[in-house]
Amino acid sequence: MNKRTRNFVCALVAVLGAGALAAPQAIGQGDVSSLRGADVAAPELAPGSYRVLPDGPPIPRDYVQQPPMIPHKIDGYQVTLNFNKCMDCHSWTRYRAAGATKVSLTHFQDRDANELSNISPRRYFCMQCHVPQTDARPLVENRFQPATGVR
Amino acid sequence: MSEDKSKGIRGRLRAAGFGGIVIVFAAGIIFWGGFNWAVEATNTERFCLSCHEMENFVYQEYRNTIHYQNRTGVRAVCSDCHVPNEWGPKMIRKVQASRELWGKLTGSIDTPEKFKANRLRLAEREWKRMKANDSRECRNCHSFEYFDYTAQGRRSNHAHQTGLAEGKTCIDCHKGIAHSLPPIEQDIGIGRDGAVPQEAFRPE
Repeated sequence: MNKRTRNFVCALVAVLGAGALAAPQAIGQGDVSSLRGADVAAPELAPGSYRVLPDGPPIPRDYVQQPPMIPHKIDGYQVTLNFNKCMDCHSWTRYRAAGATKVSLTHFQDRDANELSNISPRRYFCMQCHVPQTDARPLVENRFQPATGVR
Repeated sequence: MSEDKSKGIRGRLRAAGFGGIVIVFAAGIIFWGGFNWAVEATNTERFCLSCHEMENFVYQEYRNTIHYQNRTGVRAVCSDCHVPNEWGPKMIRKVQASRELWGKLTGSIDTPEKFKANRLRLAEREWKRMKANDSRECRNCHSFEYFDYTAQGRRSNHAHQTGLAEGKTCIDCHKGIAHSLPPIEQDIGIGRDGAVPQEAFRPE
């Protein structure tokens, strides 16, 4: 019993020790690089200076469930308790006068899928999903294709 | 009789001499210059911010806007929008502003709560003033006669041309560009208490 326990402990130490020695060699430095090209622990790289794309027509979606992107500047837009600048053009009472895209009907549901008579408060912060685009290049190449049936 | 009087004036002038005229002229320059200097001193950002009501509430909101900081550093400070440039309207506005001294003394908006409660009233007064004078203070810098529509964005290009053709003025659309807005009625979520109706906020 004593001997078995000792053997077991020795084996455990040997395995763990070997693992601890081997692990850093298995994934060598430089094999993995982050998308930003800097080590995880390294200081953040300074962001480039990118320009928001000028006002344009709606940007086509890359896949069918994608929240449409914002094809215009949103500098200084107020989204406060008192006022939501996005709703000044995109709400159903304003979109005709503003010539804007109206808010999707899916936004009139609460989280239990009950239909509401007004846009749901949980959709208040538009820019959680809808974002403007800059002239920044993609970090990596992407060969994504939407499913053929819903292109 | 009239000859006697004119003789009298001429006589008095002669008695005062050339020196008297120079003194009156110099006193005029000093008084007028001093008056204008004093009025201009009350038109500076520093003067406005000497009241904490301005510095703690409205100034903090303005700091996030394009009229505070922008690419070229051309700014519009408090007085550029809230005080007319022309002499007559400026004097009228300055006299009206003496009421704000009473507000300062009685502390009408000296806490965030009081300011919040009065924001709608204060904003509506400024909107009304801007509407009545055809956004004169905006147009001191922004002349729509010189708009280059080719340089404007797709949305502003369209909105400016149709809006100005319909006889709209800047403030009809550009409310809340330098300060946070009071509650506005919008079709999202539950209604806001005491909100400005859509028709008032965006007149057709």
